[in-house]
Amino acid sequence: MTGETPLVRFENIQKSYDGETLVVKDFNLDVAPGEFVTMLGPSGSGKTTCLMMLAGFEPATQGEIYLKGKVINNVPPYKRGIGMVFQNYALFPHMTVAENLAFPLEVRKVPKAEREERVKKALDMVQLGAFGGRRPMQLSGGQQQRVAVARSLIFDPDLVLMDEPLGALDKNLREQMQYEIKHLHEQLGLTVVYVTHDQTEALTMSNRIAVFEDGIVQQCAAPADLYEKPQNAFVANFIGENNRLMGKVTAINGDRVDVLSDNGDVLVATKINVDAVGDRTTVSLRPERVFVNPEASSVDNLFSARVEELIYHGDHIRTRFTVCGHDDFIVKVPNSAANSLLQHGNTVPIGWKMEDCLALDA
Amino acid sequence: MTTANPSIDQTDTLPLKQKLAKTTAIQRRRAFLLTVPLVLFLLISFVFPIGQMLFNSIHNDKVSGVVPKFAVAIQSWDGQGLPSEEIFEIFVKDLAIAKKVREVGRTAGNMATRINYELPGSRSLFTKSARKVGKITEGPYKEALIKIDKKWANPQVWLTLQRASHDLGPSFYVAAMDMKYNEAGEIVKADELYQIYLQNFIKTMWLAALITFICVLLAYPVAYLLAILPLRQSNLLMIMVLLPFWTSLLVRTTAWIAILQTEGVINDLLVYFGVIGEDGRIQMIYNQTGTIIAMVHILLPFMVLPLYSVMKTIQPSYMRAALSMGSKPFNAYRRVYFPLTIPGLAAGTLLVFILAIGYYITPALVGGQDGLLISNLIAYHIQKSLNWSLGAALGTMLLVVVLIFYWLYNRLIGIDKLKFG
Repeated sequence: MTGETPLVRFENIQKSYDGETLVVKDFNLDVAPGEFVTMLGPSGSGKTTCLMMLAGFEPATQGEIYLKGKVINNVPPYKRGIGMVFQNYALFPHMTVAENLAFPLEVRKVPKAEREERVKKALDMVQLGAFGGRRPMQLSGGQQQRVAVARSLIFDPDLVLMDEPLGALDKNLREQMQYEIKHLHEQLGLTVVYVTHDQTEALTMSNRIAVFEDGIVQQCAAPADLYEKPQNAFVANFIGENNRLMGKVTAINGDRVDVLSDNGDVLVATKINVDAVGDRTTVSLRPERVFVNPEASSVDNLFSARVEELIYHGDHIRTRFTVCGHDDFIVKVPNSAANSLLQHGNTVPIGWKMEDCLALDA
Repeated sequence: MTTANPSIDQTDTLPLKQKLAKTTAIQRRRAFLLTVPLVLFLLISFVFPIGQMLFNSIHNDKVSGVVPKFAVAIQSWDGQGLPSEEIFEIFVKDLAIAKKVREVGRTAGNMATRINYELPGSRSLFTKSARKVGKITEGPYKEALIKIDKKWANPQVWLTLQRASHDLGPSFYVAAMDMKYNEAGEIVKADELYQIYLQNFIKTMWLAALITFICVLLAYPVAYLLAILPLRQSNLLMIMVLLPFWTSLLVRTTAWIAILQTEGVINDLLVYFGVIGEDGRIQMIYNQTGTIIAMVHILLPFMVLPLYSVMKTIQPSYMRAALSMGSKPFNAYRRVYFPLTIPGLAAGTLLVFILAIGYYITPALVGGQDGLLISNLIAYHIQKSLNWSLGAALGTMLLVVVLIFYWLYNRLIGIDKLKFG
């Protein structure tokens, strides 16, 4: 990160609801102005709690939260000036769309004329110019979503929080909205902290993703790094599809790790998260980085594998192999003439490079 | 219209409809049969009695049933002076027959009661005359009757009889609205002494409104707590709200007597702590105060429950959204939370007000004299004075008042928006 003050800083944040268990164990995160940071994790991992602490709806049990360099732990939510989009949109059902949008301006005592102008502008921004007079209930899910986003932006907050805002939409709409939010972020230069459990959503939209599990950030990195260089087995498994081979470290040589798999095969992998010879390790590799019938010289690992299942996906054939003692090894085989000969029960050579194959914690 | 598809031919549509009707007929019949017990129950216990009440309030045959021929004949009288000798003769003969037959509900006494409603103090005129009328065997009947009692020379008696001879008439509504017919047969205000019903109606509505208002004040915070507390605490609180609900009305009301009476718990405590002197004990029961306290207690759950059911559905994110947009808590509450509770508030208010306006048992037990409501007067006329028609007229007016409020509510809030639970 550059040397400028982060817009948001979480410092050693802990949170407990019952005084017995910590929901958030030790959370540290800096968000730079203009950044789109996603907190990603399974439900119950503490990500929403962190967002609620930032919004001011939950007090942190320990640690400091800074906004623009100032501790805001004791600042009530209505003084924080943070825009928020809620999971269920939280559009006020008894107000029209325009009244909903005008609400944050009204409480800020913005004059009526300016208010109307800004509402109109906000409605145009989300392509709902003609819907100002409607009630939220009369809008479709996607339209409600747009209104909720517009409402969170209308008072020009420094920071916008989004709590699984696309969870209630169907797949197509969700993808479309992902792009719209991403474009808004880019056009308006917003700083966004986004919470989701959907990794595709996180990968599509974010500058950085903090992967949560069990109250701890497992890894916080740019989407590509997260996918290519997961720091541990949880992240590798949570982000994208992933093949896991279990084994024991037999030699460490710089970046290169030799692994003896549980059924006796020897693999070479890149050292990421193993300490010493003799450690148990999870070797992780992506299904699209495995080659069928490779030239022996182009790969570092070469095994013969038995085809267990072929699932036709159009552009690729999802193939399940048995290799190194695991029968759930998935390979995305490109749908080409050469590969059309694969048949259930065949044994074929498959291989992959050392740098695509990561030795992680067990 | 020509069509390529022969199956959608005009000739085919009818059989299709019939086929559909046939296949659904059994289901519809079965569904209807399931509702039959309830429909019958409602007919017998609700529609019929209310119809009966409406009918009773405008129908009374206590004159035409006793003196049927006279009831027809008197209609030809123009109301000037006294009726003709001929009409007197018919009256005397009718009365003599009634006296002789003594059919239950059709005695001279029944007629006397009926006329007495409108001409207070005239009861004895009828009973006395009925006893002596058998002795009049020949005319002139007019003089003979006036000889028995000279009140028969008063045209007012005959005007009232003429009016009451109509089985159908508004005379009980006239009475129920504190009015009466004057000598000229015009409707005028009743004497001050007899003006009790309108005043009581107004008092009933005022008390019902006050009780409803107190219920809102007490129930709103409780319902809010119920809605936001964790399940375990809210369940406990809910039981405390419902407990009085499960206790007999009579037990609760008598408990209030024990607490509020001049020798009761509260007064004893106040005296004990020296807040009031022994001779300064406060009268809190057998008056309006007692009625208000006991009725608020009894009707409170009817306010809490609809409010609670609405508040339960208000997601906390609404308030959070308002706060995140910069609204102070009170303003967020006023602009967002409160408007969302209006359906429940409206339902509770309507429910409590309508129940309060027709409440009977509690005011009867703890209301004393000035805590009596209109329903107590209705009960009085049905049970004690046996003036059913007047009771029915008052009951009908009460029903109309309730319907007016219902209509008003529908206009202001919309009945479809009400949420009872």
